[in-house]
Amino acid sequence: MPADMFALTLPFDPSALTLEMLMAGLAMLVLILGIIVPKGARHGLGWVSLLGILGIMAVAVSLWGEKRELLNGMYLLDNYALFWKITFMTAAALVILGCMRFVDNMGNQAEYYSLTLFATLGMMVMASAGDFITFYLGLELMTLSFVILVCFRKTDAKSVEAGIKYLLLAGMSSAVLLYGLTLIYGLTGSITILEIGRIIAMQPLSPALVLAVVLVIAGLGFKVSAVPFHMWSPDVYEGAPTPVTAYLAVGSKAASFAIILRLFVSGLPGIWENWAMVMAILAAVTIIVGNLVAIPQTNIKRMLAYSSIAQAGYILVGLVTATEAGIKGVMFYCFLYVFATMAAFVVATYYYNVSGSDELRDYAGLAQRSPLLAAVMLVALLSMAGIPPLAGFAGKFYLFSSIVGDFLWLVFVGLIMSMVSVYYYLRVALVMYRDDPVDATPISVSSPVAVTLVFATIATLVIGICPGPLSEVVNGAAHTFFLH
Amino acid sequence: MLTISLTHYVVLSALLFSIGLFGVLTKRNAVAVLICIEIMLNAVNINLVAFSKYITPIDFTGQIFSLFVITVAAAEVGIGLAIIIAIYRNKLSVNLDDFDWLKW
Repeated sequence: MPADMFALTLPFDPSALTLEMLMAGLAMLVLILGIIVPKGARHGLGWVSLLGILGIMAVAVSLWGEKRELLNGMYLLDNYALFWKITFMTAAALVILGCMRFVDNMGNQAEYYSLTLFATLGMMVMASAGDFITFYLGLELMTLSFVILVCFRKTDAKSVEAGIKYLLLAGMSSAVLLYGLTLIYGLTGSITILEIGRIIAMQPLSPALVLAVVLVIAGLGFKVSAVPFHMWSPDVYEGAPTPVTAYLAVGSKAASFAIILRLFVSGLPGIWENWAMVMAILAAVTIIVGNLVAIPQTNIKRMLAYSSIAQAGYILVGLVTATEAGIKGVMFYCFLYVFATMAAFVVATYYYNVSGSDELRDYAGLAQRSPLLAAVMLVALLSMAGIPPLAGFAGKFYLFSSIVGDFLWLVFVGLIMSMVSVYYYLRVALVMYRDDPVDATPISVSSPVAVTLVFATIATLVIGICPGPLSEVVNGAAHTFFLH
Repeated sequence: MLTISLTHYVVLSALLFSIGLFGVLTKRNAVAVLICIEIMLNAVNINLVAFSKYITPIDFTGQIFSLFVITVAAAEVGIGLAIIIAIYRNKLSVNLDDFDWLKW
């Protein structure tokens, strides 16, 4: 090997990886602390993780505006990536703060929190991924951490069963995705997404490329649980411990969208007219099936699972046009989706702690037992349904306004199905507010949970009433996406 | 004399991938499904190494990628077998048809 090959390598600037290194350090610190501290004090590990995440978030905010490329585009640090990282960390912070008691009941806090942090690390790597290796490693770090989290209650048959289902289907989808990626590598001779974008724009479309794109869509469609690749999610969502479900529904989905945008909008824009229609149909089917199947559900986690499938459909809409407006819509929606989903799942977690049930009928009279829980649940569900003036309305507005020109039929599908979704969301409200509780003892909400819920609700309201400031931040972030 | 070209490797890998995918979708034993996933990942590795040799012979992108894939696959199997043992303790079975607590 010639000696000057090493001289050719670009200077490696580790400071671009600050956030990831801090997150990895925090995750390992929590794991080590779990061994050192006595059993009674492990409750504090949640606070350690939470403060750590908030600190890393502050660092992320201070990095805002940076624009770096590491190792010839293997790793990209820009506002786009930073925005996603802040989104993931917000979700992680909310789920840790909101579900501490649930985790204490489950035991093994150190493993739980450190796996949550490792999953977050995987998502952060995905948001910054500039080539297939980085992307694959981030994806698998996230997925494998989630697999362990899903079957965290290893004596509970439901949890373990959800775990094996998630592992097998995730493994299969990863293999399909990878096969597609290798075909793209074979056709272009590169695994760097930006370079692939340049090469593909110059090549004529080959059948092999079509096959590759289909495989990639199938693999990633699984990760965001788009119909027809959604079969795993209701089972896994129902079987997993509720905080894990919450983080899985928000984090893994948002991270997958981050990489889908990167891959399709900056990697495959040359063949946009070939995949735009596929995405539009995928979005339409996902919206329709997700909303319709959510109607007959009787388990609240299963209902939220189908509703999150429908939400994935709405988010896919932003991908169809591959424009800056669409990207902005996706990022905006994912950010506010964090608050609504977290609020709904934290209520479900807390109520499970009290009642031991996830069935919808057991939510009867929740408004009398705890007005706070019922009100937060109501706001979260209405936001998901897209009722103004809540955040969901602004999000859907941005998403659908990006496609009004070319895909008007998709707008109509989205609007009609949004109205359908109001039905099953309001059914929960009806059970909570109209029915009388079987056991009318008031539920006292502990202060960390109350803080989480109030914060998420206020965020949902504020983003809905004045979306301007967030919208401008997202605009700036989406803009850097095209600057590489 | 027949020389081995890129096409042979790609066809082999496509066959392996299809066999693996077929196995994942039809096998009812969790361990067998795990093995089929490994077959699919090995098809990916053959693709990567072949493309690396024939298309980008100067840099080793594909070979390095395949090393990462092998490592991650090992981690995945480790977790998979651990879960299968845990579920065997609960159910005394590794047959996917018996995993019916949740509707599939």
